[in-house]
Amino acid sequence: MFEDKLKQAFVNALSIEENEVTAELAYSQHPKWDSTAHMVLIAELESSFDIMLDTDDIIDMSSYQKAGEIIQKYIA
Amino acid sequence: MQMASLVNMPVYGLNKLEKKQFLTARLLELTQHHYQHCGEYKRLLHCIGETCMPKDAEHIPPVAARLFKEYQLKSIDEEEIFRLMRSSGTHGSQSSIYLDADSAKLQSQVLVKILQHWLGKARRPMLLIDAAQSVQNKNGMTARAAGLQGLSFFGRNHCYALNSDMQLDVARITEFFQRYEQENILIFGFTFIVWQQFIQQLEKLNLKFNLQNATLIHGGGWKKMQQQAVNDALFQQHIKNRLGDVTVHDYYGMVEQTGTIYMQCEHGYLHAPVWSDVMIRDTNDLHLLPFGEKGLIQVNSTLPTSYPGHCILTEDLGVVHGEDDCQCGRLGKYFTVHGRVPNAQVRGCSDTFS
Repeated sequence: MFEDKLKQAFVNALSIEENEVTAELAYSQHPKWDSTAHMVLIAELESSFDIMLDTDDIIDMSSYQKAGEIIQKYIA
Repeated sequence: MQMASLVNMPVYGLNKLEKKQFLTARLLELTQHHYQHCGEYKRLLHCIGETCMPKDAEHIPPVAARLFKEYQLKSIDEEEIFRLMRSSGTHGSQSSIYLDADSAKLQSQVLVKILQHWLGKARRPMLLIDAAQSVQNKNGMTARAAGLQGLSFFGRNHCYALNSDMQLDVARITEFFQRYEQENILIFGFTFIVWQQFIQQLEKLNLKFNLQNATLIHGGGWKKMQQQAVNDALFQQHIKNRLGDVTVHDYYGMVEQTGTIYMQCEHGYLHAPVWSDVMIRDTNDLHLLPFGEKGLIQVNSTLPTSYPGHCILTEDLGVVHGEDDCQCGRLGKYFTVHGRVPNAQVRGCSDTFS
């Protein structure tokens, strides 16, 4: 459930295919995950999980896996 | 030096002895690095007769900002280029700054650290005094886009105040101010655009808002403001008169050293963060001037590894007022900017819009 929601947020925000969302997906490594898309992703994650991320989270969120860890902190 | 330990240094927390030690080691290391990886930089050092490596930061020859317009100065291979940053200059050619992925990341991280000091970690509803289209430039990132995007990290529910033709969207900002009037709104824009397209428009329309505890961050140069005889005090007064309780911070920064911006404190001085330094040089023979004397501003940054921009001679005039003893309590040098050398081409971010 959490995983699906997270994956869907990445698909929506970065406009990529579901099979591209893997643990290795990383900021600035995938052409579509650039700094502009990053802010779109943040907004998408905030609304899907109904959380408010701070600036440290935005900087730390450097991969799909890291995003999962950060969001777990808020919803645990 | 590891990137993580560099990023986690105290923003305004090293005294002059500690800072000098850190800067000297790091800047000399970067000089060596660029000497080995950038052919043009090597030739430059040879041309000015540097037969051996400088022993202290004061003797590292600064690269004139204009050289980034004339040459493609980079210390990385073509395939390592992650982002090309361009100055906003419309007159003359633009500067080109080449970043690899690590440099781009380091710049964002440092920018965030500096701004967290002033704004805290929480993100605020954010009004950007610009058009959304200004960020969407695919042909290399302009300084203006980088500024808008870098600061966006500190906001949420972003609202662009201007339409694509750079005209104020009154309905949009009114709705934004009403929706978030109970929160600490963050406003960001380039000085001249904030003045001409926002404050002066509100005055023309006789509109006032009553914000509580808002913060305005603006930068990009005062050249056009000076032409209209608007100084910092007058600018702040007009802002508070139109918007209410707003804390205003100017900042000084440039595309050649993105990330290490110099924020203006509550006493009106720009402050060098731990990662960078300012020196003032005589406009005629470039010798270093003591505190209190006006001259050309040299900016040194410990960040640039992908291009030889760790010591840059700007075309701006300034005065360093002291080090470690500003009334605000922050450590590091504090200074003011006093326009440009008369024959310099217009280049400031907010000066590209007329």
